[in-house]
Amino acid sequence: MSSTTTAAPGRSEWDGGVSPMGVSYGKLMMWFFLLSDAFTFSALLVTYGLVRSSHDAYQGAVDAFTFSQAYWPIPEKVFEAVPFLHGVSLPLVFVGIMTFILIMSSVTMVLAVEAGHRMDRKAVEKWMLWTIVGGLAFLSCQAWEWAHFIHGAEAGDAVAQGTTFFGANLSHNQYGPPDFAAFFFFITGFHGFHVFSGVCLNFLIYYNTVMGTYDRRGHYEMVEKVGLYWHFVDLVWVFVFTFFYLV
Amino acid sequence: MEHSEDSVHVNVLPPNKEKIKKLWTVAGILGAVTAVEFVIAFAMHHGPLKTAIFIGLTIVKAGYIVGEFMHLRYEVKVLFWSILIPMIFVIWMLVAFVYEGIAISDVR
Repeated sequence: MSSTTTAAPGRSEWDGGVSPMGVSYGKLMMWFFLLSDAFTFSALLVTYGLVRSSHDAYQGAVDAFTFSQAYWPIPEKVFEAVPFLHGVSLPLVFVGIMTFILIMSSVTMVLAVEAGHRMDRKAVEKWMLWTIVGGLAFLSCQAWEWAHFIHGAEAGDAVAQGTTFFGANLSHNQYGPPDFAAFFFFITGFHGFHVFSGVCLNFLIYYNTVMGTYDRRGHYEMVEKVGLYWHFVDLVWVFVFTFFYLV
Repeated sequence: MEHSEDSVHVNVLPPNKEKIKKLWTVAGILGAVTAVEFVIAFAMHHGPLKTAIFIGLTIVKAGYIVGEFMHLRYEVKVLFWSILIPMIFVIWMLVAFVYEGIAISDVR
């Protein structure tokens, strides 16, 4: 596009002195970091696919589904609880809410970037604050989700040793094969840690904005760089939502 | 604060209404696709078709997030392909490992 810089005559644009990719060093490195991070998340999700497809799938009717160690559980039967609505079966509603929260915080982030382009400090402050609120809301939801998953449903389930087991840990769970809970903890945990890091970075940007650091610097590019990271966190959740909760 | 030594003069531009409207449109699309996924999750029987629809819709959402929110669609082509091409390996990895998983399941 128009941001492409041209090299001096007789020299390639790859010979140095110009940016052939049309972005600053910091943004370029953020892109390649995110690419490597995408590989890490892909590895986790692909391993989930491998292990899940190596277990038997549940064959019967969805309504007649019961938890068993013999086959992989249907996600919508595991994740059907919503805070304050105890005992009501609302499959996937809570993760749906979490998805909307994260998409909305991505929107407020991109609005902060837009405000940064205009050097509008007040607007950047406002939208960064909303982004931080969205991130904290998501983390709170995930804390509840984990607590519920670990403590388990009322009935519990018989494990191989013949005892009744409630909830989940890394070696046993009431929902299905041990790997199921292990993947839940690893995938949503690794994503949740990214969200936590993102909230910390967002707060740092908010603080610097309030202190006028970027006004003195003359540009708000840091908002863009951290924005890239924050959108990536949203992007990963889109994939986790599909491959862990929907499929 | 107004009289502090390091206060700098900043030229604040008015909001770009057109751009902001476009961003909200993208947000609306992402929300709508998620809602459609949610409906399909209960309206369809489990099977390869359902999985294919979910993956297709996920790629649509990913396209909007990476292309519009992360602005990759408007970057220089070299950067665009440098990010996109390596992801081809992930697609192969997914196909290969799920195939392997089914083979393990058959052996068991």
